Amino acid sequence: MSAVVEEKKIIVGGSFLIEERTPEEVFTPEDFTEEHRMIADTARQFMDGEVRPRIDDLEKKDWKLARELVQKGAELGFIGATVPEEYGGLGLDQISGGIIGEALGRSASFATTMGAQGGIGLLPILYYGTEEAKRKYVPRIVTGELITAYALTEAGSGSDALAAKATARLSEDGTHYVLKGEKMWITNGGFADVFVVFAKVDGDKFTGFIVERQEGLANGAEEHKMGIKGSSTTALALDNVRTPVENLLGEVGKGHKIAFNILNIGRFKLGAMCCGGMKLMTSESVRYANERHQFGKPISSFGAIKHKLAEMATRTWVGEALIYRTLGLIESALGVAADAADAESKLRAIEEYAAECSAIKVILSEFADYCADEMVQIYGGYGYSADYPAERAYRDSRINRIFEGTNEINRMLIPGMLMRRAMAGKLALLPAAQALMDELLSPQLPSLDEDESVLAAEAKLARNAKKVALMVLGTAAQKYMAALAEEQEVLLGASNIIMDVYAMESAILRAQKLAASQGEDTAALHLDMVRVFCNDAVERVEAEARNTLAAISEGDELRTLLAALKRFTKNTPTNTVAARRRIADAMIRANRYVY
Amino acid sequence: MKIVVLMKQVPNRDAILRVNREEKWIEEGDLSFEVSESDGYALEEALRLKEKKGGEVVVCSLGPQRVKSVIKDALARGADRAIHILGDNLEHVGPFATAKILAEAIREEQADLVLTGLQSDDYGYGQTGVIAAELLGLPHATIVIEVDYSGEQLRVKRELESGWYQWYTMRTPCLLTIQSGISQIRYATLKGIMAAKKKEIREVQPAADAAAAGEFQTVTRIYLPLKQKQTQFLGDGDAKRGAAQLAEKLRNEARVI
Ligand SMILES: Cc1cc2nc3c(=O)[nH]c(=O)nc-3n(C[C@H](O)[C@H](O)[C@H](O)COP(=O)(O)OP(=O)(O)OC[C@H]3O[C@@H](n4cnc5c(N)ncnc54)[C@H](O)[C@@H]3O)c2cc1C
Repeated sequence: MSAVVEEKKIIVGGSFLIEERTPEEVFTPEDFTEEHRMIADTARQFMDGEVRPRIDDLEKKDWKLARELVQKGAELGFIGATVPEEYGGLGLDQISGGIIGEALGRSASFATTMGAQGGIGLLPILYYGTEEAKRKYVPRIVTGELITAYALTEAGSGSDALAAKATARLSEDGTHYVLKGEKMWITNGGFADVFVVFAKVDGDKFTGFIVERQEGLANGAEEHKMGIKGSSTTALALDNVRTPVENLLGEVGKGHKIAFNILNIGRFKLGAMCCGGMKLMTSESVRYANERHQFGKPISSFGAIKHKLAEMATRTWVGEALIYRTLGLIESALGVAADAADAESKLRAIEEYAAECSAIKVILSEFADYCADEMVQIYGGYGYSADYPAERAYRDSRINRIFEGTNEINRMLIPGMLMRRAMAGKLALLPAAQALMDELLSPQLPSLDEDESVLAAEAKLARNAKKVALMVLGTAAQKYMAALAEEQEVLLGASNIIMDVYAMESAILRAQKLAASQGEDTAALHLDMVRVFCNDAVERVEAEARNTLAAISEGDELRTLLAALKRFTKNTPTNTVAARRRIADAMIRANRYVY
Repeated sequence: MKIVVLMKQVPNRDAILRVNREEKWIEEGDLSFEVSESDGYALEEALRLKEKKGGEVVVCSLGPQRVKSVIKDALARGADRAIHILGDNLEHVGPFATAKILAEAIREEQADLVLTGLQSDDYGYGQTGVIAAELLGLPHATIVIEVDYSGEQLRVKRELESGWYQWYTMRTPCLLTIQSGISQIRYATLKGIMAAKKKEIREVQPAADAAAAGEFQTVTRIYLPLKQKQTQFLGDGDAKRGAAQLAEKLRNEARVI
């Protein structure tokens, strides 16, 4: 039998900005397998049955309980889901990882604990550890027997993580490293057994190590935090602690690769956790709005409240589309990677979508904050009381914009990474920008498209938004060349446009796929959500582009660009008021988030 | 030991229920479904017995395709195989027909033990298990809160009223209807979920005579209780007499004290 080797190509990371995709090409939550759905159910049941009822105890820093809950979750498979079977995991796909992350997001504190345990505290060992270290630690982390933490940040180095001062030196007999320094803000610091620690060898070689708790390694007191009080966060002092050379992660001097690659995974997981939190916040808001009566009616009958509920649902649904589209990309790249069993090629497959991962982190954390804020508002005075869930949700949500790379850092990374990929010839950004510039300078014929397919108008808005993004990026690159990295406001503006492009397109494709498989009637409210979202997104894109262009261009050039912008963002507004009412009404009827 | 568990899918307990247009049942369009609570405890009891005594747990459920999610969930928690009785509009037949269909579907299994919840969360007749036992010619015990099969004989603890209990020795095969809340139900593990994929779900049609068994009861109309507001003045201005009358009404009319 001759094997027909079909050459599979992956969808290039960042190509959403310059290429068109069809609904069949994207993965959506509607494509979940039955097993995916069952994983979601069991994870949700576990969170609602075991964790959420005990959140008050966790907030009292009952780390014995935290350890027990981690172990219970581990027994069900939540830590080892995506870990290969040979290291005690289940070898499931990244989609399953996202689904578990979502469920964990029902308690932000526990999600943080588990995010360190199953994510940033485990993956560096799995991907960069020596075979010996992997066999020694990973199976015991997967069962929750060992609690892990990730120690990168220091008092003096947060966003600038590579400026860490902690040091490591090889012992004279060459058998172990001796680490010295202080770490800050370490999740699980109060009770972790094993730490992934970054320190500099010979003063400048930034390197990762596995370090066990031992004499000389001491955590500070619990930080008094605004939220996620049910997770442990402490400083960590390393006073000549020793770790054998087998516990070196990757190579000496290559610690930055670990830090950055692991963050890509951390970012989509954080996005998934935010999404799970948003579903819960929306459901609780609907329930409260149905129960609470003012002026003789449930407050859910008021248009002002419906607007909020609809907007919360829309952002949740769009955010979810982004997460699973990206996980689908990662999953298929992992499938294509020459030898997906080896860690390096796995990480490269994920790194391909680093810009998308950053976008997810920023978008979802801000959507979650929006939901938390509106949840407080829907609860009114009761939203301000610690006796009701909105107050905790509000405080808990805020951290997501800070850790796993602040949203400023992640925002600036997005255009930065796309440009770098363009320079390296991996992404055809420059020809696309050139083609656009030619288009701008050639006379415009009125377009006579009478496309009547589902969401054709929105698809056009998204296509045009891509052009706006290219126009802004192209103009900025031309003007500043290599110095663009210093123009943060321009980068942030471009980044906001790019993120809206990715969000609009992901939402459109998801809804189109749904309408194709289940009919336009079934998808009616999803189509409403997409129309509402795109309507507002294009306004954001327009404002962002106008201000950014005005900062980087002037005179005739600016006038040409603004004229083009006007054309690209032309939008006949849909009736978003009626659409939002419909979106909210379906939830009000069902008394929960239904999308 | 072979244990058959009869499980029913019912509307989610958080759902806002609306009576349908025909006033025969509730609007099902936007509902989500879950397993009837006490059936979940019946499954848990079966799995625990299997862990102690060995054997096989077979789940059996009646209803449309959506019922598969209850079956799959049971398989993921540890049941070994399943029988799905598929039929149109069979989820609304009365308890006699339901019991007859279920009994015929599991008769050949020759189970040592048949478990089910004490009543379903939707209709709440509490009859299906009892009638099925009768049709299968099995002894039964209802409202079981503890099952002890550590010795030679099966002993069950039944809940009576006002905090009274009854221990009962049963001969097998027999049928038990299980009370809710008697144990901590296990979660489906991810391993269990993946393993469930490979387990057998046999789809069967209801036995013809069972489906045609007829009904001894029908639902004529479903409606919400009318709310009434009425004010009564007690005691004619005499506080003492008012208090006595109030106490009497609370005790005998409202029955809250
Ligand atoms: C609850 C909690 C848990 C945490 N858990 C962990 C953990 O487990 N392990 C770990 O290693 N770390 C952890 N951290 C640390 C976290 O990752 C850092 O706080 C974060 O990276 C930001 O660093 P910083 O606090 O030093 O802020 P800074 O870097 O000082 O940033 C301050 C502000 O300046 C902005 N800024 C910084 N640099 C730039 C720039 N170049 N351009 C523009 N703006 C800039 C930032 O966006 C931010 O708005 C945790 C933090 C918290 C609060």
